[in-house]
Amino acid sequence: MKVLVAVKRVIDANVKVRVKADGTGVETTNVKMSMNPFDEIGIEEAIRLKEAGKATEVIALSAGVQQCQETLRTALAMGADRGILIQTDAELQPLAVAKLFKAVVEKEQPQLVILGKQAIDDDCNQTGQMLSTLLGWAQGTFASKLEPNGDSLTVTREVDGGLETVALKMPAVITTDLRLNEPRYASLPNIMKAKKKPIETLTPDELGVDVSPRLKTLKVVEPPPRKSGVRVSSVAELVDKLRNEAKVI
Amino acid sequence: MSVLVVAEHDNTNLKPATLNAVTAAAKLGDVAVLVAGSNCHGVAEAAAKIGGVAKVLLADDPAYEHRLAENLAALVAKLAPGFTHVLATATSAGKNVMPRVAALLDVAQISDISAVEGADTFVRPIYAGNALATVQSSDPIKVITVRATGFDPAPAEGGSAAIETVDPAGDSGLSQFVGQALSKSERPELTSARVIISGGRGMQSGENFHLLEKVADKLGAAVGASRAAVDAGFVPNDYQVGQTGKIVAPELYIAVGISGAIQHLAGMKDSKVIVAINKDEDAPILQVADYSLVADLFQAVPELAAELEK
Ligand SMILES: Cc1cc2nc3c(=O)[nH]c(=O)nc-3n(C[C@H](O)[C@H](O)[C@H](O)COP(=O)(O)OP(=O)(O)OC[C@H]3O[C@@H](n4cnc5c(N)ncnc54)[C@H](O)[C@@H]3O)c2cc1C
Repeated sequence: MKVLVAVKRVIDANVKVRVKADGTGVETTNVKMSMNPFDEIGIEEAIRLKEAGKATEVIALSAGVQQCQETLRTALAMGADRGILIQTDAELQPLAVAKLFKAVVEKEQPQLVILGKQAIDDDCNQTGQMLSTLLGWAQGTFASKLEPNGDSLTVTREVDGGLETVALKMPAVITTDLRLNEPRYASLPNIMKAKKKPIETLTPDELGVDVSPRLKTLKVVEPPPRKSGVRVSSVAELVDKLRNEAKVI
Repeated sequence: MSVLVVAEHDNTNLKPATLNAVTAAAKLGDVAVLVAGSNCHGVAEAAAKIGGVAKVLLADDPAYEHRLAENLAALVAKLAPGFTHVLATATSAGKNVMPRVAALLDVAQISDISAVEGADTFVRPIYAGNALATVQSSDPIKVITVRATGFDPAPAEGGSAAIETVDPAGDSGLSQFVGQALSKSERPELTSARVIISGGRGMQSGENFHLLEKVADKLGAAVGASRAAVDAGFVPNDYQVGQTGKIVAPELYIAVGISGAIQHLAGMKDSKVIVAINKDEDAPILQVADYSLVADLFQAVPELAAELEK
């Protein structure tokens, strides 16, 4: 079984994001970039499938600017076999990314495609579901457990009320949730080895995909700040304030 | 303009989050609600009573019993051309199905909107709520998920919409429901609770969550958690509040032993009043709290339960 895993380059989860003064977006110059954390979970899951003898090849796939090569190298250092970058400087929205990935799936014919449930930059939570739809495949979103058995895949999903289990016909698209696994760190020898692994570069034009954005961002602003609060010195004072000042209990 | 809201339900009860989506929809045009399920006529009747709903579409078929995304999206996409907008609440169910609808219609989805600025313009939080983007859609049909905390619930009673039966769109055969393990609780649901008390890594164990439950009993509160508490196995995944968990905005949110990482704040910083109980006076949660108590939770929380007794 060939497994394709999507990886997105995003502002690192630990960076305090700042809105640009001109309201066009957020500051990205000199900001640490990393692989979207949910995609690390995706790569980890694919590697574990390979280690368990259930997957034969793990391909990491990214779309975006040339620097996404670094994100792909991280995936290769974790254990992916090779990388594919769909390189473009254009703004990419989820529907366009799903179309690009569909074109790659048609070339590569994987049995399983894994994406993160959301990217921590635009928080869209769309691309996996869209890709699955465009392919006419089943989807298992917000996965916390995967059990492949032949041409079916059992997926435990994190839902608002608890957990749900579904059986999917393969090939299928999975999106990862936080509890699927804990991603490994790449070891130094593996980082060195990853430098020699191949990364193929494609373009949206070569794949015949129109990536024009459907949504126009008119402005980006900071959320209104909360007014500063007070320290209370005892539980009794806290309860008194909640009862008589805030009047919420 | 007419707007379709995809109702969230379990074949028996309409989920309250649907009411918030109806409010967002009413800002855009006449509201029709789709109830797709199996033996779910009671839900359609409940939807017909929502204030401001003009019409209820009922698709009653075994293919929708568990609202599998592949089947439900096909139905919604088939109905969508009669509408200018299709909305659902940004719950795990809405997030599962709506991007499929958008892909079938070849339109963008506008995720998790917190305000409606116009027929094609919406506000949505990005970067864990550290920024608010105003976006404009050029698509003929707008497929939208709604952040429930951005809109008041529509009145559950007062309407008398007609219920119209619609044909099902078939079973894709792609996926099958196997089972579910839902958390049972007498407490209010996190996303609709008036008061929430949440615990973090500082709680040290699942057992210690009983301390929070004692306070929750006094306040009629829901109990939530940080990701660290869920990852450590103290409580189930559906307790998680945050960027990648539930988004809540209760009247009162009490954070206990939670440091206040941006991913946690993303899920609760629109609460009306925030209380933080933390032993570290530099914990970031104290910067967003209206009332902060720097104390050991193992002393403060039992004291709080006792004080509320008075
Ligand atoms: C992709 C991604 C998604 C994430 N999504 C979420 C999310 O949705 N929700 C979420 O919550 N987090 C999320 N996180 C994790 C987040 O970054 C933090 O790691 C997490 O919120 C920390 O949880 P915590 O505050 O319970 O633990 P800690 O940060 O370890 O804080 C524990 C706090 O307890 C206090 N404490 C300890 N003992 C006591 C005591 N006896 N009395 C009083 N106080 C005490 C400490 O002072 C400390 O402030 C996400 C992270 C990533 C990378």
